[in-house]
Amino acid sequence: MAQNAHPSPSDLKDLQARELDAICVNESTLKHPWWYNLKYSAWGILFGIVFVKAEIISWFRIQEMFRFESFHMYGVIGTAVMVGLISVLVIKRTKARTIYGEAIHIPNKEFNKGQIYGGLMFGLGWAITGACPGPLFAQVGAGFGVVIITFLSAVAGTYAYGVVRDKLPH
Amino acid sequence: MLDTLKHPWPWYVAGTLIGLTVPYLLLVGNKTFGISSSLRHLCAACIPGDVKFFKYDWKKEAWNLFFVGGIALGAFIGATLLADPEPVQLAAPTAEYLASKGITDTSRLMPPEIFSWSNLFSLRGLVFFVIGGFMVGFGTRYAGGCTSGHAIMGLSSLQWPSLVATVMFMVGGIAMTWFILPYLLTL
Repeated sequence: MAQNAHPSPSDLKDLQARELDAICVNESTLKHPWWYNLKYSAWGILFGIVFVKAEIISWFRIQEMFRFESFHMYGVIGTAVMVGLISVLVIKRTKARTIYGEAIHIPNKEFNKGQIYGGLMFGLGWAITGACPGPLFAQVGAGFGVVIITFLSAVAGTYAYGVVRDKLPH
Repeated sequence: MLDTLKHPWPWYVAGTLIGLTVPYLLLVGNKTFGISSSLRHLCAACIPGDVKFFKYDWKKEAWNLFFVGGIALGAFIGATLLADPEPVQLAAPTAEYLASKGITDTSRLMPPEIFSWSNLFSLRGLVFFVIGGFMVGFGTRYAGGCTSGHAIMGLSSLQWPSLVATVMFMVGGIAMTWFILPYLLTL
């Protein structure tokens, strides 16, 4: 929810549309030129290097994880959650603000049945493709060309969800 | 130095850097970490059609597309400048099992026996690329997030629906790996 200002009715409608089933919706009253977004690209580059160098994008590592035959992926995800948890705690405690002085806001995720059915479906697909959405981008970038087909299928899946969304149990 | 970087990075280095994404995105722009939404923004930008779910101002979420663009570029750097010449050091039981299914080439991060263009128009390609990808795209959106949005961002901010989603990701992955994939690997 927007907290920074009183959005106009049309802005609010737009925000509500974007917020449907999304955890990462952000409303800022700041207007910046496009190249301010490059700071996200910069972190993305670091992220992509980590994905490849820690072999997180490897289909093999995903098989190991789901077969409980390696600690590697559990170590990666577990450490990431711990670091994230501590960071969020510190940000909340210190009431830290963004570098532009905005109050930091973490939206709450509401429960719906999609987290069960959709989560199960994603898990099944994850073990087949060896990729969650982030690694899909990274696998293509790392030169596994045919993953473009997997990626386009994932876009198609997202689109199909948007089409049938109202008919699904939530 | 470069040699160290070329070897596979340990889990605690990778986990720490991935975890730091959470405060980085919050501090530089009040953004919450999540990657699967980028697929939705791509739909909204390219093929919104007449679907309500894709009718919103995707430009307000453009940061997410810049982020995933960076991931692809970073992966390219990781696979070229920092490429590891050694094959993937797979756990012995996993390697043994996969070998029994005819998957033996661990020289790269993805097995060429599956992820090759030559499989595109085969049953194997249909399952591993098209159906698998579709389930990832549909499932993450239905669940409202993926490993980043739920397992990392959601758990970091103590949201119990994200714990439900994360458990279901694991249940789905384990069920596929143990009960279905053994058959799919024979396709």
